[in-house]
Amino acid sequence: MTRRGLMTGTALAAGGIATLAFSLPALGFALGPIFEDTTPTVWQDVGPEDDFNEDTYVPRVINITPEIGDAGKTTIYMRAFNPRRDKVIEGQDPQPYVAISTRCAHLGCPVRYIQASQKFVCPCHGGVYGFEGQVEGGPPVRPLDRFYTRVELGRVEIGDRFSLNSDLERFAPRDPSNHLDGLWQYLYPARPTT
Amino acid sequence: MSPPLPRGLRPKPRRPGDNGNGRNGPNGSTVAPPKPTVKDQAVEGTASAIGWVEERTGLTPFLRFFLFRKVPKGTNWFYTLGSATLFAFLSQAVTGVFLAMFYEPDPTRAYESASRITNEVFLGEFVRGMHKWGSSVMIILIFVHMARTFFFGAYKYPRELNWVIGVVLLVLTLLMGLTGYLLPFDQRSFWATVVAVNINASGPLVGPYLADFLRAGAEFGPTTITRFYALHMLLVPGLIVALIGAHIYLVTKLGTTAPPWLKAEKKDLLTEEI
Repeated sequence: MTRRGLMTGTALAAGGIATLAFSLPALGFALGPIFEDTTPTVWQDVGPEDDFNEDTYVPRVINITPEIGDAGKTTIYMRAFNPRRDKVIEGQDPQPYVAISTRCAHLGCPVRYIQASQKFVCPCHGGVYGFEGQVEGGPPVRPLDRFYTRVELGRVEIGDRFSLNSDLERFAPRDPSNHLDGLWQYLYPARPTT
Repeated sequence: MSPPLPRGLRPKPRRPGDNGNGRNGPNGSTVAPPKPTVKDQAVEGTASAIGWVEERTGLTPFLRFFLFRKVPKGTNWFYTLGSATLFAFLSQAVTGVFLAMFYEPDPTRAYESASRITNEVFLGEFVRGMHKWGSSVMIILIFVHMARTFFFGAYKYPRELNWVIGVVLLVLTLLMGLTGYLLPFDQRSFWATVVAVNINASGPLVGPYLADFLRAGAEFGPTTITRFYALHMLLVPGLIVALIGAHIYLVTKLGTTAPPWLKAEKKDLLTEEI
């Protein structure tokens, strides 16, 4: 090794270390939100048990992100568990109430429940879902998401969101457009944020 | 070797006996040089100020290299589309800086501050309109500029790298459009951004993480709008400025192409000579 080579190497190494010393923490800071779950489970009261029945949906507004005002609110559709229509999946405790998210599984537009046809319809790209939220037409890739429900002192509470595949089996919450059936599900893994 | 100055800018040689300095008068006397006029003094002062900068920077060859290039025959109005795009970008930059003085990137205040710009701030509606419509103008100009480059074959050797830089600039400009669309924070911009982020999420494997990065979490949260704002006014414009610099340097270095129809003419000329 020559003296010149040593000096060149030292200068390059020092510059490289200095660059990494600021860029790595900055990059970690920017990417941090990908790896942390900052949304704790909050159970939200949506009314007494009498408000909901087995055969039709009732809209309720819940807060997904409380800090941001109206933008953090979302509508959900609620009904009681219907033993004649809802099948119980083995190994998954049935929810006392069915709370359907209005976030379309295609690209996240808000769906609306049409009582006359007992279907959920998305205004953006024509997604249609049946009574249990299963896909009946249009581009959506999986059924509508749901929320965990529980009953505390006669009042119904809403918890975290979860996603379902076409057999209505539960998965960790996914973004709209993420498939959950067959081999597709491995291309859209559960994320650390949820 | 820098290109020569255009004829109009070249220093004119003095006419014989015109300098007035020590000119011979009648009977062997010398005539005093005429007093410099105000115009002469202004010219002299400007020249010495430019000389001061030039002596310390040596900028002249660079400016000459940049400004006095030779252009091929047949250069026409289509060759101004790149400059037009550049001016659209400058307009976006200037109006954006002034809009940032009134805009508040906060989910509960963004809409109010944006409507305050439109309804209360002096000329606010006009400047916001310039920024909003200017963004579409810029994207249209980019595509027309790109079409010109494509149909004139100006992307071919040795200009491939400049085409690649141009494509990156196109993508960055579209990213500006995406991040800027959220900022008014009305129903349309909110839902359009929700859909746009979910389109990103539809990419296999990296998509869901990319969506989490854009939202700063699993849900549209309090820092989503500040994140879009920072991307919109700091990161992406910085990259665009740097790449525009590289783009224009390469245009200067490689020169522009002649329009394709001129090549045919030249070939005819050659056959005639033989």
